[in-house]
Amino acid sequence: MDIMAAFENMFSFLGLSEWCESGKQKSLISLKSLKNQEAPWWDIPFPSLDNLHKACGSIPQSRDLTAALEDGFLYVRPTLRTILDPITQPLSWMLDGALYVFTNTPWWILLPLFILAVQKSAQSWKITSFVVACILFYLATDHYTYAMETLSIIFVCTVLCVLIGVPTGILMARSNAVQKSLIPILDMLQTLPTFVYLIPLIFIFNITEPKLYGLAIILYAIVPVVRLTDLGIRLVDKDVIEAANAYGMTKRQLLFNVQIPLAMPNIMAGVNQTIMMSLAMVVIASLVSAPGLGTLVLDGINNLRLGVGFMAGIGIVLLAIILDRVSKSALKRMNKTYNG
Amino acid sequence: MTQSKSDKSSDVAISIRNLFKIFGDNPASVMPQLYDGIDKADIQQKTGHVIGLNNINVDIQSGKITVIMGLSGSGKSTLIRHINRLIEPTAGEILLDGKNILDLPEDKLRQLRQTRMSMVFQKFALLPHKTVLQNTMLAPMVRNEDQVKAEKEARYWLSRVELNGFEESYPHQLSGGMQQRVGIARALTSNADFMLMDEAFSALDPLIRTSMQDLLLDLQEDLHKTIIFITHDLDEALKIADHLVVLKDGFVVQQGNPQHIILNPTDPYIEEFVSDINRARVLRVGSVMKPTKTKKKVAGTVDAKQSLEMLIAQADGAVDGIYTVTKNDKAVGHIEMAQVYKSLVRYNLNEQRRAK
Repeated sequence: MDIMAAFENMFSFLGLSEWCESGKQKSLISLKSLKNQEAPWWDIPFPSLDNLHKACGSIPQSRDLTAALEDGFLYVRPTLRTILDPITQPLSWMLDGALYVFTNTPWWILLPLFILAVQKSAQSWKITSFVVACILFYLATDHYTYAMETLSIIFVCTVLCVLIGVPTGILMARSNAVQKSLIPILDMLQTLPTFVYLIPLIFIFNITEPKLYGLAIILYAIVPVVRLTDLGIRLVDKDVIEAANAYGMTKRQLLFNVQIPLAMPNIMAGVNQTIMMSLAMVVIASLVSAPGLGTLVLDGINNLRLGVGFMAGIGIVLLAIILDRVSKSALKRMNKTYNG
Repeated sequence: MTQSKSDKSSDVAISIRNLFKIFGDNPASVMPQLYDGIDKADIQQKTGHVIGLNNINVDIQSGKITVIMGLSGSGKSTLIRHINRLIEPTAGEILLDGKNILDLPEDKLRQLRQTRMSMVFQKFALLPHKTVLQNTMLAPMVRNEDQVKAEKEARYWLSRVELNGFEESYPHQLSGGMQQRVGIARALTSNADFMLMDEAFSALDPLIRTSMQDLLLDLQEDLHKTIIFITHDLDEALKIADHLVVLKDGFVVQQGNPQHIILNPTDPYIEEFVSDINRARVLRVGSVMKPTKTKKKVAGTVDAKQSLEMLIAQADGAVDGIYTVTKNDKAVGHIEMAQVYKSLVRYNLNEQRRAK
């Protein structure tokens, strides 16, 4: 039995032969003439778009589907750009500004400030001295500028994630409807492969714009801080909430004096996760012109320069350890005040 | 204490009238059946609704300690949460100064909670991220009052509950008893005239519990707050109650003067409840005495507030003899030792003997 015959018979049985013929492109050699052997009877093809197209020219092929997606995207692009450009432009400015400040401030000014900030938030000489050692490593191996670029991007993106994510998490905790509608979006953001993020963004923005990678990083890294803010506020001890209500607290007082402070350990755990995910994404974002250590890794892959990629990799690991230890020790200190 | 108990002229501060609370999908639908007097188990089986409170009528006297006692599931915690409306009722009214609390709009209700009612919780419910002092200052802070004045008040009440020196500690650094003293100081700093205490001492170990009860009675002697106290512990209830309300399955089994309830239980449930208590220690001379003067020779005088145990000790175990009972050093009646010993016998044993 010819593999196409089944579908052709079906279409003629349905009285659609004429409609099918009308869509058929004229080809020099007919398909049938190329197929000499008969396929065995059990080899019935699945009625996929491509297979049906062979039997009936009016049915589109699968590649038409992807083409239609692209056309659709290109069609809405100007509108999307006019809406998204002004909203996201500040992101570009912030990223450019942070990059400028982090890379152009002389190292002998930036480093003491940086170490001071680390000591202030971690309050542990062990961690501070580790950070100093890492910075000396960056300086000695000429990775300092790259590391600072990466750090500045993470800094901007984390701050924005917290500024957007914490209020979103609070809204989710306060309303089950908001939570229900946002959870699928958060799930999607968390499960989309990191490269897939970049695709729509490349379509919308120019690859040279910093906001392209800024948005990719924020979208990827914002999920944990939203989730953990929501969770943290929902987990606040019901007895304490009841006590606050019994003494007549307003909703606002309850939020700022009870719920947020008590959710703080969870929110900080979310911030820690957000920082780590920003770091993961900033490396991948080097594909779309994000500066920093990621570009060295990319160079190592593209040009098979093992040493370059490897050194940059070590630099990223050290940066990850610094960011994790500093934010975790701040979190630990907070837990200690609350729970002993 | 006893004199205030017998004082019938005190004002009613809060009046709970025909209060019902039904848990379930459509509580209002069950109400008609409830008015017909259907059983709790029946309702649960037929409609899936659980009765929390069933036609509660209680008058809470101003400046007195009203104890609501019942076993777990009797609805006592539900009842106390109706007074400041942490739980909304299904039907009924709660009158405070002639106004129904249940009709108050949200802002008025919040004002009521801020200024007139304070609450002490079983699990303390202190803010873990605030110091003891900040916790104590909760109520004035919620009312946005002057910080300096609030701190002065808070320090005063902390010293009254003997927590000087712990002002800057965090709750988790204190023992359970100390945490609950912070809870009491917090309630007192609110300067509200009503104090709701939800199993306030139940989470504490027995010795601490006794000392906390003494502390409360001590404070009450000066303050005369209107206290509504929830407990499942009969000894605790008898020790501190001016007015005792016994709840079972959401309805009031018996209420009144605790001494009176021990001597005259109206329900087998109460009889069973009171059968295990140490009657000599709980019953007071004033509750057992005869309010007449005796012409016989008296062996001595005894204050009406004394427990029977103290009288037996005073009589050195003698089984005969008559004592004059005094109140504020004025003779108000007499008591025979035989009467004392008879009142130590459980109510139901007396009944059985009479039946034979």
